[in-house]
Amino acid sequence: MKKQILVALAGNPNSGKTTLFNQLTGSRQHVGNYPGITVDYKEGVLTHNSRNVQITDLPGTYSLTAYSMEEIVARDYLTSAGPQVVINIVDASNLQRNLYLSCQLIELGVPLVIALNMMDVAEKRGMHVDIEKLENLLGVPVVAVVARSGKGLDNLVETAGKVADEGQNRQSDKISYGEDLDGSIQRMRNIIEKHEFFTESCPSLYTALKYLEHDEVLCGKGREKDATIAAELEEISNRVSDHTRKTLGVYPEAVIADHRYGFIKSMLKEGIISHRFEQDRLYTSDKIDMVLTNRFIGPAIMLAVLYGVYRFTFTWSELPVVWLENFFGWLGTMVETSLPDGLLKSMLISGVIDGVGGVLGFVPLIMFMFFSIAILEDTGYLARVAYMMDRLFRIFGLHGSSVMPYIVSGGIAGGCAVPGVMATRALKSPKERMATLLTVPFMNCGAKLPVLALLIGTFFSDNKAQYMFFFTLLAWFVALLAAKFFRATVLKGTPTPFVMELPPYRFPTLQGLAMHTWERTWQYIKKAGTIILGISILLWALMTFPALPDDRTAYYDEQRRQHISTSANAMSTGNNNHTDSAEPASTASSMVADTTTIDDINRREKKEALQHSIAGRIGTFFEPLSSLAGFDWRTNIALVGGFAAKEVIVSTLGTAYSMGDIDAEAALPLGKKLKNDPAWNKVVAISALLFVMFYAPCFVTVVCIARESSWKWAFFSITFNTIFAFTLAVLTFQLGSLIA
Amino acid sequence: MQHIVLRHMKKGQSGTIATVKASGELGRRLLEMGLIPGTRIRIQGRAPLKDPVAIRVMDSTLTLRNNEADHIMIDITPQ
Repeated sequence: MKKQILVALAGNPNSGKTTLFNQLTGSRQHVGNYPGITVDYKEGVLTHNSRNVQITDLPGTYSLTAYSMEEIVARDYLTSAGPQVVINIVDASNLQRNLYLSCQLIELGVPLVIALNMMDVAEKRGMHVDIEKLENLLGVPVVAVVARSGKGLDNLVETAGKVADEGQNRQSDKISYGEDLDGSIQRMRNIIEKHEFFTESCPSLYTALKYLEHDEVLCGKGREKDATIAAELEEISNRVSDHTRKTLGVYPEAVIADHRYGFIKSMLKEGIISHRFEQDRLYTSDKIDMVLTNRFIGPAIMLAVLYGVYRFTFTWSELPVVWLENFFGWLGTMVETSLPDGLLKSMLISGVIDGVGGVLGFVPLIMFMFFSIAILEDTGYLARVAYMMDRLFRIFGLHGSSVMPYIVSGGIAGGCAVPGVMATRALKSPKERMATLLTVPFMNCGAKLPVLALLIGTFFSDNKAQYMFFFTLLAWFVALLAAKFFRATVLKGTPTPFVMELPPYRFPTLQGLAMHTWERTWQYIKKAGTIILGISILLWALMTFPALPDDRTAYYDEQRRQHISTSANAMSTGNNNHTDSAEPASTASSMVADTTTIDDINRREKKEALQHSIAGRIGTFFEPLSSLAGFDWRTNIALVGGFAAKEVIVSTLGTAYSMGDIDAEAALPLGKKLKNDPAWNKVVAISALLFVMFYAPCFVTVVCIARESSWKWAFFSITFNTIFAFTLAVLTFQLGSLIA
Repeated sequence: MQHIVLRHMKKGQSGTIATVKASGELGRRLLEMGLIPGTRIRIQGRAPLKDPVAIRVMDSTLTLRNNEADHIMIDITPQ
């Protein structure tokens, strides 16, 4: 008995594979990434009968062609020396189509165990599966499971262990492919076996079939391995293609598929499935869909759901956000009072606590948003949204499935472009995927919300809600138009198939929801803990150094000294003159006036210090250009900071306006300052808003884009977005100033 | 024998797939989803904008764009 066995999980999407994987491995799992490819896999362990079982969850696939990265990755893994046994999860309530992949796994000759999942759903639909018969006809062990409840899992692992031990020598001759093909298949197999052409990794039948299917990946590998044999095999394959096209009007792969299904149908006819009810019955999911995807009610419900998510997220996260704010505020005070004045303290407060605190303070909001999205996903409703939106999205050169990345990136109310960009992996078509990937940063992510809140709250306080909604819609509008623009220019190409399954509605498991929510929330937090922390400290340094030269500090000290002495004189004189007439009020007010003037001097000093620092110089340097859009040097500093992380815009703006430590939520004092500042008005506010919404994505998103595509696209994203945003801001400012 | 495309079928109508003339990636996707000659299908409904169409095939519900479904001819002769 082997001490350690490697198991691979394969199956259709929506077959319950992930649930099964989670049940088997619990928390002992991690996500991995195939280098250079944007496909994830999950790996986990479990201990069974004192042996170590390592499970790799392969991407869900319907087939093993060469048409998508997922399929290529799955079959490469299966033909590698890796797994000793493959568990094929088959949805019992959807047996016919699920067995299509099983057929291909049998052709691949891997040691196989079939996990017949969702037996409970099948029973409810009145389908009874004769497991023994299925085992006999397939020649493979079949174990009934209900992954959700954990039923049958012990048996499954036990059986898998047995198969791994025995090293199942699989006979892959069960299926006949018809007289048009069988002869040629045999000839090809003879050639393959004679020359041991790839026979170390897959059976001759598999290789022959792939040649007949004109599988590009395998053909390419074949030519590299031995050009002569490859040419021979390709020649036979081409002859077969010509023959089937002439006589049947289809390519060989259609014939092969036809025979696989034929095999499945004949198995089912032998009484594997018995139906209690009439087969054309509507299932519960169908009945629900009659309402949820109805012509008029459907979209209305969808809008209601999206709005509900919006309200839920904002309302329920309010309290935790306030708690976190108070915590960071308290932390700030602690540092303020306990540490001596100086650079360290300044860095801790302005750099660390403000910067990171501002971000972490938003975690509850982000978490609730991702939780809502997980519910929409796991119940199956999101597929319906993609279905209903597809026609609309097609106008912009996108897919219905693009709706998910947009929502995750902040389409409803806050989110994050980092998981949004990663969510584009679900889009199989490269062009639609790139177009979505490049435009999700236009959404109003959680980092941009404070800027929106600040500017709208300050300059448009009467109609806050309406304006927020308007800018959310604007983000969608711009994103979709930009996608259309990209698809018409740099990403031209025919749309890719939308063939999509609508899974039955399911009640999500708490474990599944928790995992989905936590995965994305953690990505957000990690970003805060690393990038934003670093950026905040860097920005603090840029805004502090170089410090004012000694002669300037001396100048301000002198100013303060002078002021204190003159006011002291004035006070004493005043006291002498007004000893009798009680005018404490005027003395008090003149004292207040004096403090205010000291503050003025301090502010002027801080302002000059800021202008003198590197950040200030950068801001001033850009002023001639940025003033076209109405931005002065202080705004510039904040916007430059935003290149790294949008979260720091409000805090940096606060510091730049020398308000000291500003925390994003209680931005009213900053708001007031802006309102009173002559450089700011409604037009400037809108111009700034538009710029912030649409300019370069934050650094982490850029890295994500680069990883999901290339650095070329990442730089394109930075450049295009910034130029676009700036043009928009300039237009707004110039036109707006003319009108106002 | 009456052959029509999915686009012209009514909601709730059933039929048997007669021919599938699609190649490349679309062809493969249709194959692996079970949309092959001889399979029975039923129109479940259409999206609010009349496109895509949702069909019941082999115990699952599939959605197809109308222009993709145009490659499939259905035999709607009553059984």
